[in-house]
Amino acid sequence: MTYARGTAHPWMANSVESTKQEMLAAIGAKTIEELFEQIPADHRLSRPLALPPALSSESELRRHLIQTLSKNQTCEANLNFLGAGCWQHYVPAVCEEIVRRSEFLTSVFGSPMSDHGRNQAWFEFCSQIGELVNMELVGLPVYSWGCAAGHALRMASRITGRREVLVVKAIDPERLSVIRNYCEPPEMSDHLAVTLVAYDPATGLLDLSDLRAKLNERVAAVYFETPSYFGIIESQGAEIAALARAHGAETIVGADPISLGVLAAPADFGADITVGPTQPLGVHMNCGGGVGGYIASRDEVKYAREYPTLMISIGETIKAGERGFGLSLFHQSSYGMRDKGKDWTGNSVYMWAVANAVYMSLLGPEGFHDVGTLILQRAHYAAKRLEEIPGIRIRLEGPFFKEFVVDFNETGMSVAEINRRLRKEAIFGGKDLSADFPELGQAALFCVTEIHSQSDLDRLHSALSKALAS
Amino acid sequence: MIVNPIAGMGGPVALKGTDGPADVATALRLGGQPLANDRARRALMALAATGPLEIMTAGGLMGEDAVRQAGHRPIVVHHPAASSTSLDTRNAAQEMRDAHCGLILFAGGDGTARDIFGIVEDKALMLGIPTGVKMHSGVFGTTPESAGQLAALCLSQDAIQLQTCEAEIMDRDDRPGTDGRFATRLFGYARTPFERRLIQSAKSTVGHGDDASLEALCAQLAETLTPGCLYILGPGTTTARILHHLGLGGSLLGIDAVRDGRLVGRDLTESDILALLDTGPAKAIVGVIGGQGCLFGRGNQQLGARALARIGRENVIVAASLNKITGLKPARLFVDTGDISLDAVFSGFIPVQIGPGRSVMLRVGG
Amino acid sequence: MTNAIKLRNYHAAVWDEPVVMEMGHPGRRGIVFPQAEDALRAAAGSIDAMIPASMRRKARPSLPELSEPEVLRHYLHLSQQTLGMMGISLFGTCTMKYNAPVNEAVVARPELAQVHPHQSEEDLQGTLEIVHNFDLILRELSGMDQFVFQAGGGADAAYTHCCVTRAYHASRGELEQRDEIITTIQTHPCNPATAAAAGFKVITLMLEEDGYPSLEALKAAVSNRTAALMINNPDDMGIYNPHIKEWVRIVHEAGGLCFYDHANFNGVMGKIRAREIGFDACMYMLHKTFGAPKGGGGPAVGAYGCSEALAPFLPAPVVIKTENGYALDSDRPHSTGKVREFWGNIPQVVKAYAWARSMGAEGINEASDISVLANNYMEVGLLGIRGITRSNPDVDSWRMEMTRYSLETMKAETGIGTLDVQNRMVDFGMDAYWLSHEPWLVPEPFTPEAGEMYSKEDLDYWIAVLAQISAEAYATPDLVKTAPHNQSIHQMKYESLEDPDRWAMTWRAYKRKRPSVGNSDS
Repeated sequence: MTYARGTAHPWMANSVESTKQEMLAAIGAKTIEELFEQIPADHRLSRPLALPPALSSESELRRHLIQTLSKNQTCEANLNFLGAGCWQHYVPAVCEEIVRRSEFLTSVFGSPMSDHGRNQAWFEFCSQIGELVNMELVGLPVYSWGCAAGHALRMASRITGRREVLVVKAIDPERLSVIRNYCEPPEMSDHLAVTLVAYDPATGLLDLSDLRAKLNERVAAVYFETPSYFGIIESQGAEIAALARAHGAETIVGADPISLGVLAAPADFGADITVGPTQPLGVHMNCGGGVGGYIASRDEVKYAREYPTLMISIGETIKAGERGFGLSLFHQSSYGMRDKGKDWTGNSVYMWAVANAVYMSLLGPEGFHDVGTLILQRAHYAAKRLEEIPGIRIRLEGPFFKEFVVDFNETGMSVAEINRRLRKEAIFGGKDLSADFPELGQAALFCVTEIHSQSDLDRLHSALSKALAS
Repeated sequence: MIVNPIAGMGGPVALKGTDGPADVATALRLGGQPLANDRARRALMALAATGPLEIMTAGGLMGEDAVRQAGHRPIVVHHPAASSTSLDTRNAAQEMRDAHCGLILFAGGDGTARDIFGIVEDKALMLGIPTGVKMHSGVFGTTPESAGQLAALCLSQDAIQLQTCEAEIMDRDDRPGTDGRFATRLFGYARTPFERRLIQSAKSTVGHGDDASLEALCAQLAETLTPGCLYILGPGTTTARILHHLGLGGSLLGIDAVRDGRLVGRDLTESDILALLDTGPAKAIVGVIGGQGCLFGRGNQQLGARALARIGRENVIVAASLNKITGLKPARLFVDTGDISLDAVFSGFIPVQIGPGRSVMLRVGG
Repeated sequence: MTNAIKLRNYHAAVWDEPVVMEMGHPGRRGIVFPQAEDALRAAAGSIDAMIPASMRRKARPSLPELSEPEVLRHYLHLSQQTLGMMGISLFGTCTMKYNAPVNEAVVARPELAQVHPHQSEEDLQGTLEIVHNFDLILRELSGMDQFVFQAGGGADAAYTHCCVTRAYHASRGELEQRDEIITTIQTHPCNPATAAAAGFKVITLMLEEDGYPSLEALKAAVSNRTAALMINNPDDMGIYNPHIKEWVRIVHEAGGLCFYDHANFNGVMGKIRAREIGFDACMYMLHKTFGAPKGGGGPAVGAYGCSEALAPFLPAPVVIKTENGYALDSDRPHSTGKVREFWGNIPQVVKAYAWARSMGAEGINEASDISVLANNYMEVGLLGIRGITRSNPDVDSWRMEMTRYSLETMKAETGIGTLDVQNRMVDFGMDAYWLSHEPWLVPEPFTPEAGEMYSKEDLDYWIAVLAQISAEAYATPDLVKTAPHNQSIHQMKYESLEDPDRWAMTWRAYKRKRPSVGNSDS
């Protein structure tokens, strides 16, 4: 049924005509129209809105939405090897249940007393991220990994008073684009110059000699990732951090938290600030709408004062022995203030922080160890199987975690064509790198996680063999 | 608690102040009513919520009566003569200072504030119950009740909401200047309490304190002064910060001048300034003075109409904290240089710098 | 009218729930993963060979060890200790809406949840169709020519505007010269903050007695350095600036762009269109006006729309309709680049689309009618309560969808200010109300926004709660001062939160700074 005035809309209690009349009578107005007297007539829209017909009936609306969304193909019905910043990990049902709780879903700001449970869940997110990265100071999440990296680079610039940042070249071009926006174009007086540091074409590791050549006393920070965009575990973290420190620069490390049950915590090899994605921790891909980013550091005032994020601290109430969780550093004051403010904050992805907290609680220390181990085994099995196929090789020799670069150059076929053929076998092939990294030629980034069984990977092997053979 | 019993009497009958026996007589003749005791009592009532207190005060109408009427117990440290004078205010303040009193609450106006400040300086917090005719100083609560509640906060054990800041002590000169006008001067900076709001709702931008922002602005201004240009710095703590960033010591209450990182004049008179202006291009950096938003003409008369005309409106940089600006009711500045045509030049909107790259457009009125 | 209302006997859940970090028992598991198949494990080789020694984690992270039901119950308890919109939330400037469960049910399905943004366009047709059709709906509501949904919130959309502004002026060779953005003191602070973060200088205009800044102030602020104007209208005092067309003209004449922050769209939706007033760009918050939930602060969407002239500078990709369906247009050489990875919080876009489809043109118009009616209805009740006054008392026209009130009188007469009242409200199951953006121009402010969802009885009840608190402020102020009394916990002490030696943003910091806690942990 199409909604029309005169029928009460199920989402608007006061759409009953007699209620409106009662309210008008109470305020002494004759019509609702006269309440808009502040808006000059020539500002008003002169015709009715032309929108598609209303679907006020929930059953019609639901049907329409599902029919439309069904035009999507899913990673549930297909076998997916896309990652590249948004990864298919298993999302436990408890995470799904908790993030649909109306209390959490509908909370706005509340107060530390009335939204106590939500604040505690936030604190538990920060506490558990802190354990994974071995750092004591963790902010509430920001929009994405790229936003976290951008903020961290700006923090480093404010801390050091320097205006150049070194960023590893083996980085997601989307993330780099976000970072460049955060660093401002050269015309702006506060521009931070972004200099890319080469990666070793053989191993995929950061090129230390290029880093040495580019480090100087103007550099505010060195930013690299482990695992990198190409999936490579950066084994030179300690050397990179030492070089940065020797030049007075901050070391910022991007780290995928789901790897941290088996890979070293960034603080342990010298990270000053750690950033990374939160989507792997219990959030569906949601067509890219599941991403979020964390920022962590040592609990030192010089870092704390520069965070752009909300900070939630455990504290006490007026009742002895009772705990609460309140916003800290909300009234950022004088310390460390340079010639800029501390960016901004607003709505972010705090609901996902609750999902992340649930996920980390479910896994615990053994769960993170197990999932990391399983991912390594499956990814390495997949890489080995693919290498068996003539014309395919694994491009980079460095150690890798869940993603790896598959080189198709010798097949004489484009990644686009290969993926088209895989698609016919209900497989989403790896992310095509040929446009973003022309030096790699026809190469794709494959992502293998704990969800891929041996038979899934064998299926990929045979589908790829078939695709290349035909 | 110090009450100036005659404060404010002249206001309703259009006197410019009630600063001595002659003013009181005039005020009474014109129908003025004493109101200081009542204002003081109202403030002390707001303090009563914390329970009856022992309050150090002066005898009779100078505080003892108001303290009793509000249900507190007075400890009289000074007994004034029958008709008290400013000497009684100073004597009472002296006793309180010597007794290490933490907060002096007073009912009066600029004259009373100046008397007390002359004795206690920054050794005790000062908080004014608004009573006087003239209240250019920055130490007054908005209402007697709000002053009382702030005083209560000072007593509270849980004092996280309590903060203090510097506030100008300003008053009209006792004698007219050469032009026959009574100048309002800046006498110094007292410390006064204010309530810090502890807001936990997240819907706001993570900012930085107003003061931090102003501090950063002062640092930036100090770093970016144009070489060869003479900078005339008005009185006050804002310009003092700029001097501090330059590694220079200025006069705080007077006008100083800087060129190429060197202090070329300190506590300048109008003629000093005019002479310096002959030496090359010049700009002026001034703060906003007092609780009523004075740009020129109160507390900085040395920077007079002739000098300002030569410097030019476009070369005047105004700096203040956002807090100070939003505290102005109404939100506008005023100039009173004594030269109506120059006042007109400065009227309209002027940018006030509140931080690096941040300014507020404020209306300037005569 | 409000005196007859009997207040409910509310009390929040008190679970006294421990921090998850101190729960559980060594060896417990909340989830187990599949065993690697024998053949797979054998072929993959040893884990040690896969991780260089320097990068191996030496010790397990100190995470809690709990069974699955323990985790579920813990977080259910925490949800129950969260008030959210379980009572009545009239949180001003946030436009509290009904968050329909049908939307949650739909977006949780694999057709959206299990979709990867890098899938080929033909495999994303459902999402692209909804995004495009919602773009069309927003175009109709605003008069703009193109929307993007990449921004992760309203502030991020304001930031997007700053990025687009940079790209636009850079394309004309004027970016170095145009480094100033003008805003007003009552415009949402994300506008000056994002402008500053994007590298612009910010000029703020103060309000005059009639509730908005003067044209004269704007004229004094614009120059050939003006990059953009960023403004709300009405702002959150519910006062509409009738000269806004002239404002836009003046800024355009100076060469600047005009951005309409439509955070307060609810009172004017269906009534005015940003583009027709002359604005070059605008922003809607899908997590407020368009019915997607707040989630305690996201995931959110700031839908950013602009004119055809600005469209080339938008963050890529843009969803377009082609002969063969829908596509992602990423080849946009003038684009400012990305403000966030991928193309937006798509579930929120779907929920907003669902809201707009359910309401339709008539419903959207009626929602703004009802929200303005409800706000003015509340004014009558609220102004009858002792100690409450409203901002700009001399502006006697009907307010829009919000009104700012002041408890200055109550504070002066009782010592009870707006923060105290806010703390006491939650004792009645009412969400803490919105105060005001900083700086407070109105002393002791509060700003309710009735919206279109709540019933007249709900509004009466909310007013009755405020009347009750006012009565308490005058009779038993200590009761209000020490509130809340019926909540999950008592009033927090905020001292330690600001003290570097005592604040603790993580459990590990807490254990270090409060050694006694570490002992009880074992």
